[in-house]
Amino acid sequence: MKYGFVLFFFSSVCFSQAPVVDATGREIRPPAKVERVYAAGPPAGLLVFAIAPDKLTGWTREMRPNEAQFFDDKYARLPELGRLTGRGNTANVEVILRARTDLIVDVGSTGATLASLAAQVQEQTKIPYALFDGRMEATPAALRSIGKLMGDEPTAQNLAAWYEGQLKDVKQRVARASYHPLVYYGRGSAGLQTGGRGSINVEILDFLGARNAAAEARAGLVTVSFEQVILWDPEVIITTDPNYWASVWTDPRWRAVKAVAAKRVYLSPHLPFGWFDFPPGANRLLGLWWAGKLLYPREFGVDLRAKVSEFHRLFYHREPTGAQLDALLDEPGVLPK
Amino acid sequence: MSGRALSYLLAAGALLALTALAFAVGRYPVSLGEIAALLFSKVTGSPHSLPANVETVVLQVRGPRVLAALVVGAALAAAGTAYQGMFRNPLVSPDILGVSTGAALGAVLGIFFSQGVFVIQMLAFAGGLAAVGLVYWIGSRLRGHDPLLALVLTGVVIGTLLGSAIALLKYLADPYNQLPAITYWLLGSLASISPRDLSVAAPLALLGLAPMLMLRWRMNLLALPDDEARALGVDTRKLRTVVVAAATLMTAAAVAVSGIIGWVGLLIPHAARLLVGPDFGRLLPLAMLLGAAFLLAVDTLCRTIAPIEVPPGVLTALIGTPFFLWLFALARRSW
Repeated sequence: MKYGFVLFFFSSVCFSQAPVVDATGREIRPPAKVERVYAAGPPAGLLVFAIAPDKLTGWTREMRPNEAQFFDDKYARLPELGRLTGRGNTANVEVILRARTDLIVDVGSTGATLASLAAQVQEQTKIPYALFDGRMEATPAALRSIGKLMGDEPTAQNLAAWYEGQLKDVKQRVARASYHPLVYYGRGSAGLQTGGRGSINVEILDFLGARNAAAEARAGLVTVSFEQVILWDPEVIITTDPNYWASVWTDPRWRAVKAVAAKRVYLSPHLPFGWFDFPPGANRLLGLWWAGKLLYPREFGVDLRAKVSEFHRLFYHREPTGAQLDALLDEPGVLPK
Repeated sequence: MSGRALSYLLAAGALLALTALAFAVGRYPVSLGEIAALLFSKVTGSPHSLPANVETVVLQVRGPRVLAALVVGAALAAAGTAYQGMFRNPLVSPDILGVSTGAALGAVLGIFFSQGVFVIQMLAFAGGLAAVGLVYWIGSRLRGHDPLLALVLTGVVIGTLLGSAIALLKYLADPYNQLPAITYWLLGSLASISPRDLSVAAPLALLGLAPMLMLRWRMNLLALPDDEARALGVDTRKLRTVVVAAATLMTAAAVAVSGIIGWVGLLIPHAARLLVGPDFGRLLPLAMLLGAAFLLAVDTLCRTIAPIEVPPGVLTALIGTPFFLWLFALARRSW
């Protein structure tokens, strides 16, 4: 008994915690005490920050003032460490090492490129590097695994359960809707880039059971022609580009589209992280509620302000002020007038 | 009928047929009868009973795009022809003095600072002019070298510098939002051409074309060494400045609305030269006809073969290369 206790004590101090299997199937063994976590991309940073803000060593890029206003100063001022994902690395491995990192986390695509990058960096730095799936449905599982790796299981468990409840609530409301509108997602300053079927850029549309106008296009970002958009004739247009949103009302070409004639073109809020498309992380939960309200006004009779406040409190650790909420939701195009 | 006249006639005929075809095809189905009825009602001012979308597609979307393809194709081919003659070098493209790279930097800056389409186009146009202005200013101050060599080398060097500025902006850009937008701009596309774009770009391109047309017989003298041309009473320095300014204006106007579309300005002048020989006065009109027809054909494919757009830069090379090699094998003309 005595020995058993000693052995237990010994093992919990010296040996690493139980391994966690990440999305690439690699067993990740974090050190016993994880104090400093480097997030390889914005979606990962968001989850690590939500679980334990004081363990995040930095953001992938410095916060701009309009983003920083939503966070406590000490978090907004965390250093810029760059990103470490397949697409355009801006992080220097030496910087990650100098930050005395205990754990590297990435959340997003789990394809072979990123999996091999994770394995390679882990080999190079000897810092455990875990990769998790960033899709909406997978977010609760990612939260739980990251929490386990960081030694913050109870907090992560609470967040995951809350997030799951939100997704379930959204799904039930969508299931009650009898009509699913045809929606076009217009990106870029001309609004002619869109996401095809199954693309991560339109995951919110898929989740909400909306019919994606560009469903016949391949997954990923694509450019389409005006004629094609007029032919699809969507009932609702959602965009992330304020220039494009402003231009549809004066451009005679867009007037030929049903959504413009019906004044159902909406601009996604983008602070402190985008609601609709990017970064493709947990931040998009607000996009679900927002777009749900736009597409199914009857089923989504929720108080959006309360949803925003709750999400900010749980994930960003500070509720927005009334003025900030006004600024977010009163921006032209965000909600029907 | 001489072979030369036949070349012009065939090219013009092909262009007309292609234009009619381009108006008739597209993702949105519009019949030839509807187009005819629409044009008839626009010319006579009588009302028509066509759906409103047909009018929008033909007059606002497809029409401007077809015309833009003609203008951009002709402008790039004309600028390429002028430069190849002036630099006495068949490997020269309109980009040699940095106009496309400068335009790209302007556009990338516009995207980086989240500007709207119009501002991005203006920045691209200004960037193209500024880049060539800078190259010309530096190049003409480097004395003690062949002036053409100095100009080309300065163009290459400054082009590289601007290219690295673009690379830096791509690196700093938001990878989810701005980076794809930059990539799409650099790939070139006529997908978002509006009537307004055309109404700005076409007059600017014509403005560049005018001096070239007026000087077309004297352009051949640029191919002579400077002292020989001077002996014939031609101030090559002045002539060169005019040609560079004209070609830059045309290319910058084209690139500002279309993004970077390669191949046309480099190889269409060759195709024309294979058909009618190196005399600039004969070469220029044919190169423009061929350039316009070629880009129109490519862009028509780009917008019709799939629900999504195909970047024209991909097809120009894919279609252009075999065509060019075929022409090259067929013709037995020397430079």
